[in-house]
Amino acid sequence: MSQNLKVKTAVILACLVVCFYGFLGIPHGVSPAALKQAVADHIRLGLDLKGGTHLVLKVHVEEALGSTTDRDVERLQEDLDKASITGVSVHKADPVAHPNQITVSGIPLNKASDVRSILTGTDYVNYDVTTNSDGSETLTMKPSAIRDLETTTLAHSIETIRERVDVLGVAETNVEQYGLGDNEILVEMPGVSDPAKVEDAIHNTSKLAVYEVVSGPYSDDQAAMTALNGVVPPDDWLVHGNTSPNAPDEVYLLKRASIVEGTDFRDAQPSNDQEGRPNLVFTLTTEAGDRFYKFTSTHSKNTATPASMAIVLGNKIKEVATIEDSIRDRGEIHGSFTKEEVDNLSLMLRTGTLPASMDTIETRTVGATLGEASIHQGIVAAIVGMMAVMVFMLFYYRGAGINADLALMLNLVILLGFLGYTPGATLTLPGIAGVILTIGMGVDSNVLIFERIREELRAGKTAAAAVQQGFGHAWVTIVDTHVTTIVSAAILYLFGSGPVRGFAVTLTFGLLANLFTAVFVSRTIFDAILERKNRGAELSI
Amino acid sequence: MELFRDAKIDWLGRKWYFLSFSLIFSVAGILSMLFWHKIPLGVDFKGGTQIQVQFASTPSENHIREALSSAGVKDSIVYPIYNAGESANTEIISLPKASDTAQDAGRTVVENALSSGYHDSAFTIQKVDIVGPTAGTQLQHQAELATLYSLLGMLIYLWFRFELIYGVAAVVAVFHDTLITLGAFSLTNQEITLTVVAAILTLIGYSMNDTIVVFDRIRENLALSRRESLTDVVNRSINQTLSRTVISSGLTFLTVLSLLVFGGSVLRGFSFALTVGIVIGTYSSIAVAAPMLVAYQDWRKRGGKVANLPAKRARA
Repeated sequence: MSQNLKVKTAVILACLVVCFYGFLGIPHGVSPAALKQAVADHIRLGLDLKGGTHLVLKVHVEEALGSTTDRDVERLQEDLDKASITGVSVHKADPVAHPNQITVSGIPLNKASDVRSILTGTDYVNYDVTTNSDGSETLTMKPSAIRDLETTTLAHSIETIRERVDVLGVAETNVEQYGLGDNEILVEMPGVSDPAKVEDAIHNTSKLAVYEVVSGPYSDDQAAMTALNGVVPPDDWLVHGNTSPNAPDEVYLLKRASIVEGTDFRDAQPSNDQEGRPNLVFTLTTEAGDRFYKFTSTHSKNTATPASMAIVLGNKIKEVATIEDSIRDRGEIHGSFTKEEVDNLSLMLRTGTLPASMDTIETRTVGATLGEASIHQGIVAAIVGMMAVMVFMLFYYRGAGINADLALMLNLVILLGFLGYTPGATLTLPGIAGVILTIGMGVDSNVLIFERIREELRAGKTAAAAVQQGFGHAWVTIVDTHVTTIVSAAILYLFGSGPVRGFAVTLTFGLLANLFTAVFVSRTIFDAILERKNRGAELSI
Repeated sequence: MELFRDAKIDWLGRKWYFLSFSLIFSVAGILSMLFWHKIPLGVDFKGGTQIQVQFASTPSENHIREALSSAGVKDSIVYPIYNAGESANTEIISLPKASDTAQDAGRTVVENALSSGYHDSAFTIQKVDIVGPTAGTQLQHQAELATLYSLLGMLIYLWFRFELIYGVAAVVAVFHDTLITLGAFSLTNQEITLTVVAAILTLIGYSMNDTIVVFDRIRENLALSRRESLTDVVNRSINQTLSRTVISSGLTFLTVLSLLVFGGSVLRGFSFALTVGIVIGTYSSIAVAAPMLVAYQDWRKRGGKVANLPAKRARA
């Protein structure tokens, strides 16, 4: 064997060993069961093969915008009060259509410049300030600030969902941003075939917040509107709910800005009150505790301005409480909660609250048995397809057919090795189809080369020259055909998700490996055969 | 053994047959897409709830429907799916709409309806796909974009590797393949799902392969024999690559056929698209792409312009 050929053979053998190790590791034996286990340990299966639940959630990031501007309305009012600018009204003119705008009206003429300097000061840099013709000022949140807010809201949501889903104790859970639409999150939970369970953990636990009660209760919306002379004040909103489990539905008018909400809770534990009803003992963060103290100390029942607080969960009132005494950072909530709600709520508050509510826009579940059946069917189809191709190649190209078949098997080994080594590469059902397609398409390179060699032989070239020419001419075409297919696969990868991505990955890996096997490995085998033969001997092709 | 040794088929002489063949299939597909089955979109794109249920014994669809309607489930569609070598115990129950707010509702209702109203045998839910309107529109939009970008990508690559006219001819051929494959889905009323779109994108790449092999040879032959007419060069190139084309496509076809037969119901649409597409893709490289090059040259000739197709520089 020539030196060159030895090096090439060594490269191929090394590649073979490395790739086998990639998808087998060092198996604990050579029995089919041990090998199966070894493969299962190294190749990650997609949800469609191992069974599981896949959810796509859309986060209503605009809610975070609304609650941020609500807080800023309160903050601004306080700042103006501090600066002794009175009679000024801070509100959102149209909270539904323009949640990003705050209006400051009723500014006394002699205070206009003072107001202006507060608005353009460092505390409100997130807003563009415009003066209207009637002397009022409009603050519009800057688009860049809105984008930042949306990004942090989404990141916060992902973090929170991850923590909550972890509580379910499912291994290999995946929570990530989903690229198909704006503000979407992908949740993948292998082995979970009941999406309702996942959704309960993530989805139904909506926002908890405490609001000041302005007026109420009213028996229904109609009654509330009549009492309010037909107009809901811009800073307030109407909320339904009942304050004990069997009480009828009632309507309250609440302040739009919350006193404290989900993110302000540091800890929460389920408990029972004196009457044995489920309740919740909570601790607030220091900053929220200060806010809560300020509110409760000025509005407790012994003060000049007594007020009630409404505890709202997912836009439904759960409790309306008068304030007995000032509370700083520890307190308890009781009301129309069930035991489950209290458990969920405390879990949710401990793991952090979602900064905005979200909808599930896509749910896919595959049972484990169907996954197993799919694997089985995929493997049968792959074996049948591969056998058909290999038998044909042997039959049609005789000696060279063995060469092609060896290359094909090596192609498969490298492809599986790639799948084993690449973090994040998963084998899905379409991925298995990609493997099968690789077999069909991979052999194309061999056919191209062999046909060209035959042509060169027919033109009267010697075996060695024909092999040389055949590979030379076919190489350009092979690169072209691979590039087009890989371009298709790349686009699939970019636009696809889950199973389809798996397909794009195996197809790409398969074709890349094919460049090596069909060209380099086949060529080496030909060279080895030619070297042993006398010059001028015939090639079996 | 050899097929097509020294084939001397006059492919371009038969271009009118090819044209009418392509037209018949394209038009039949388009008519079906417009007036008959339309484009049968799967749950991925049109949205809705699709539940695959396996029963312990072959179920009565009427009993399933009764169980559903007595539970107040309206507009449900129930149909069986088959796998090779298995008894037909699996049914798909599909509900037209899914909302973005209460996604799981449809599944729960169907599950309860079957447990309380269907008594013939036990059942297990194997697979649930729920796609809300937001996701459906989004997926549809993405699939369209992906197909468009794929075609554009091919055009640009061929433009860069060959000349614009080669790229245009290849893209027209691939578009023809996509159209006929979609037509086949409409004619046979099979649902187009995400994986079918993946298959179609793969076909775009695959069909391009075949076209490139022929084009490469045309370019090579043009450089070798400048006096020969383009028609003869194209015919000769197709004939020279005919063995490869038939064997390669035949082998890919075999693997895909194996996928269609053994790959199971989940991949049925995917395999069907590939099976149809590989046949059409191979055909179109010979019958659509190559004749377009000749037609382009003829058209330029009539315009009185220089009519040389760009050839490859002779290899050193």
